[in-house]
Amino acid sequence: MLRLSLGAKFTLGTIVAIALAFMYIPLFLVVVNSFSAARLSSWPIDSFSTIWWEKAFVSEPIRAALLNSVIVGLGATTIALILGTLVAFALQRYTFFGKQSVNLLVVLPIALPGIVTGVALNNTYNRVLEPIGIEVGYFGMIIAHGSFCIVMVFNNVLARLRRINPSIEEASRDLGATPWQTFRLVTFPQFRSAFVAGAILAFALSFDEVVVTIFTAPPGVDTLPLWIMNQMARPNEASLVNVVATIVIVASFIPVWVSQRLARGADERD
Amino acid sequence: MHASAQPASSESDTKTAPGAVTLTGVTKQFGDFTAVEALDLEVKPGEFLSMLGPSGSGKTTVLRMIAGFENVTSGSIRLSGLDVTEVPPHARQVNTVFQDYALFPHLTIAENVGYGLRVAGVPRAERAAQVGVALEQVRLSAVSNRLPHQLSGGQRQRIALARALILRPQVLLLDEPLGALDKQLREEMQIELKQIQREVGITFIFVTHDQEEALTLSDRVAVFNNGRIEQVGTAREVYEFPATEFVAKFLGQSNLVPASLSSDGMQSSVRPERVRLLRATDPASAGSISMLGTISETVYSGPTTRFIVATEAGVSIIAERPNDHHPSAESAFSRGDRVRVEWTKDHASRIA
Repeated sequence: MLRLSLGAKFTLGTIVAIALAFMYIPLFLVVVNSFSAARLSSWPIDSFSTIWWEKAFVSEPIRAALLNSVIVGLGATTIALILGTLVAFALQRYTFFGKQSVNLLVVLPIALPGIVTGVALNNTYNRVLEPIGIEVGYFGMIIAHGSFCIVMVFNNVLARLRRINPSIEEASRDLGATPWQTFRLVTFPQFRSAFVAGAILAFALSFDEVVVTIFTAPPGVDTLPLWIMNQMARPNEASLVNVVATIVIVASFIPVWVSQRLARGADERD
Repeated sequence: MHASAQPASSESDTKTAPGAVTLTGVTKQFGDFTAVEALDLEVKPGEFLSMLGPSGSGKTTVLRMIAGFENVTSGSIRLSGLDVTEVPPHARQVNTVFQDYALFPHLTIAENVGYGLRVAGVPRAERAAQVGVALEQVRLSAVSNRLPHQLSGGQRQRIALARALILRPQVLLLDEPLGALDKQLREEMQIELKQIQREVGITFIFVTHDQEEALTLSDRVAVFNNGRIEQVGTAREVYEFPATEFVAKFLGQSNLVPASLSSDGMQSSVRPERVRLLRATDPASAGSISMLGTISETVYSGPTTRFIVATEAGVSIIAERPNDHHPSAESAFSRGDRVRVEWTKDHASRIA
């Protein structure tokens, strides 16, 4: 363990405190302002009120946007889980022509600027598929999100697969388990935590995606981030945004907590 | 059906029964590399057979082909007369003890041992009873609820054995199972393995690169080299009468006597402990190969001392003598002594 002088400890502590303050004070302001009676955010708040919470809970647009975000997130996560796991297995278990290219092509969408993906998909949906009679509609948005969520599952699962001792699968076969039983009872439990962590990341990535969504959402359909953006453009009800943001902050603790628990479980076993 | 506890086949059957494992012309190629070449081997029911050889000699590949993890390139594998060449591993009545034990890290010890019964659909209660018996057999009932990583190497070894034996396979395959253990534990486990094999009466095929281990454990030893079997025989046969130079050298020390020096014009091998060391002035015994020379080196190794003799015939001969003289006395022979080395013709093995 590195020994630190009192001065160094003090300096480092101060830097940490400042960094954390920069990250969390703005979030704190959002939460506080959600309980303000005013239309606009301010500090300190003039008067305490739950009026915006009441409005938010009965707001049809918010409910619709939240539902859209959840549906798109779950849809994209499902695509990512299936395709990401399959491609991770293919790349880890088999040697084939173009293996490195496949690896690159799977990872690329996350590196590509969202604006490029958005324009490309928008053109494809509207200028190529629609004229030949294919209306992607709502699914277009889900597929778009899926394209860059795959890598979250892929990376996590691949990393874990590489650490699995191949002889435990042979042992399972040797003890009479069919390939499917071996997958269910031995292989999957070995990468389950990576699978869940990948799913959480994929969902989170989809949930706050803005740029690609703008280009691929069907007319009149808002996800939560799109709704928030639109509200910010019309600032007369900014406090309503604060309520939604507060809910999202609280909800964010759940995946963080789950993934930390999973990580701890995996460490204990190794 | 794999796990159904079969009644042990009656003793009278085994005499006429086909080999527990029969390999016929088995060849395995990895790309251009031939790992195993046209191998024939018959393992008898209830036998403890060791496959001994250096790393890369093909012994592990043969084991993996019997288990079904590797396809054969050509040839056939039969288990009790039944052709299993194309049968997947889970449908073969053989079980394996892996070199790294390959215990399932996420399952408890009891779940590991009961795994084969579980996938075979054995009801929970019956499974628990059989697991209990199996754990008792390896004296590890106390750890049944622990995870594999909480066990010592020796304990994991015994669990791997219990897990494989609970299915009562026709053949148990062991892939260097003692390789990761320290010397003392290894010797304990050797005795335990031998006892268990005698109790269960299952055919054991044991892969090792340790010649001493192969000799002490096995009914028969198959010596592997470059993807071929050089010799199969009892421990005594392969040690005392090596058929090839490789076998002579791989199993302990050996004096190779060139054809020009032997009476029958064949190259032969003589074990150092079969070489008599005499004074140069002593007469040669009748019916012996005898040579004069000078001791160039003596090596004391506890129970025995080895004398390296440079003979006038030009070959170097090692003679080994038990240290049975008075413990504090020096050996009767020392470096630089003029000596006679000789051995009875019967004690030399002709080698190819």
